[in-house]
Amino acid sequence: MSNRAVNVRGVSRLFGKTLALDNVDLGIDSGEFVALLGRSGSGKSTLLRTLAGLDAPSAGSVHVPDERMVVFQEPRLLPWKTAIQNVELGLRGERAADHARSAMAEVGLEHRLHAYPATLSGGEAQRAALARALVRDPKLLLLDEPFAALDALTRMRMHALIESLWKRHHLSVLLITHDVDEAILLADRALVLDKGRIIASVSIDLPRPRELSHPGFLNLRKQLLSAIGVDIQAPTFDAADPQGAPDSTLLPRSIVMA
Amino acid sequence: MQISAPALLDVPTAKPMVAPQRRRSTQWLRVLSPPVLLVLWQIGCSTGFISSRTLAAPSQVISSFIALTADGALQHHLLVSLGRVAKGMSIALLLGGGLALLSGLSRTGEYVIDAPMQMLRTLPVLALIPFFIIWFGIGEVPKVALVAVAAIFPIYLTLYSGIRGVDPKLVELAKVIGLSRGALIRHVILPGALPTALVGVRYSLGISWLILVAAEQVNATSGIGYLMNDARDFMRIDIMVVGLLIYALLGLAVDILVRWLERRLLAWRPSFVNAAA
Repeated sequence: MSNRAVNVRGVSRLFGKTLALDNVDLGIDSGEFVALLGRSGSGKSTLLRTLAGLDAPSAGSVHVPDERMVVFQEPRLLPWKTAIQNVELGLRGERAADHARSAMAEVGLEHRLHAYPATLSGGEAQRAALARALVRDPKLLLLDEPFAALDALTRMRMHALIESLWKRHHLSVLLITHDVDEAILLADRALVLDKGRIIASVSIDLPRPRELSHPGFLNLRKQLLSAIGVDIQAPTFDAADPQGAPDSTLLPRSIVMA
Repeated sequence: MQISAPALLDVPTAKPMVAPQRRRSTQWLRVLSPPVLLVLWQIGCSTGFISSRTLAAPSQVISSFIALTADGALQHHLLVSLGRVAKGMSIALLLGGGLALLSGLSRTGEYVIDAPMQMLRTLPVLALIPFFIIWFGIGEVPKVALVAVAAIFPIYLTLYSGIRGVDPKLVELAKVIGLSRGALIRHVILPGALPTALVGVRYSLGISWLILVAAEQVNATSGIGYLMNDARDFMRIDIMVVGLLIYALLGLAVDILVRWLERRLLAWRPSFVNAAA
């Protein structure tokens, strides 16, 4: 129990009559990187918001460290404050400014300290959002599809950045994504959420830094995709379940880009 | 909740889409048209085509302007009017701003304040003049009060809707990083509401002058409105035109002031950021 960063037991969440989370159990060890996969509407974001304290479960117990931070899909920087002011916002103590500065340096933004968010690129804005989370020394970092809106090259750089920050700061990370490759590249363990239940848990023990060309990759991808319900060989659309149409972002990148 | 000043919403002024060649050949007309009108006006007056009881000649207006400035009368009246607007606007900013904060930031405040404000704002302020004379007499108070009442509503409405329009995602973020309620209001809600609220300030300033013209016709002994009223009694049409000109210039000055404020306070906005780059 002592090295558990997150312990979720029997958590359910009802929105009206819809069950967004259905008796979910989730443990994340301290320093563990967990990816949470699932289709749109599977309850991923609800689970993350529960862990972030932004949403209260209808039932069950949630134990999370107080020192937790969220990076959302949108950077959510205050447009009227410069990048460094955004990072510093709400910090107390004499050394706050120094901490903010070094967090900005860590994400490679020391040259954009005084830029307004409107002038930052998508990747820069997301790195500033990361710096804002890091400067608060979180034990748990919750990432809600933080790379989804970035272009492919920026996303690759962000993957490397996240991995190095995770190692250096001994963070526990929960990464929500619907990109299977992203999960395999980064996570120690990938969970698949469907209709509010965790239906698969796959450990990923490929050596780091990971390469898409590693022979183990294809197997893991197959495993995860079939757990999500996407068949690579013959994508089928279940006529009875229009919600079940495969999401193009779930397809392996090699197929999408070819 | 509709703000009653859609035309004032701050859209960066777009350049008219006119083909460049056509524009070059006709744009001198634009520069020439006002002086030509002025000359026609002067000729009309000098030849007696326009009666001096209808309109004063531009030359006469200019000489009256110089005379009024030379003996300090114009400056005196102008300062008095400016003082009334400044007092009225200060009250409106404090009261309108305060009420908007209360009803924008709390549900209870909204229930108590918003409904009466929405009802009162439909009252034509000029219809209040007789009431204000009964309540406040005929001194300075009713004049300042009229300006204040007229200016409160745009400030209240725009600040209130600005506060309510702040991106809830930013408010959620403030919660994530553990901002206190005070810090949330100071760093997130007020700056987020500012662009909308400034539209209200600009609108209020415009209305202030409008109301002042009427208010200064009620038993005033000073102010631009009094100057014009007094001139009317003596059929000094030239001075009346000077008064009109002053009002027009003041309107323009107020607009310039608010635009300058916007540029200072909203420097972070993409339109300004790009213009500066």
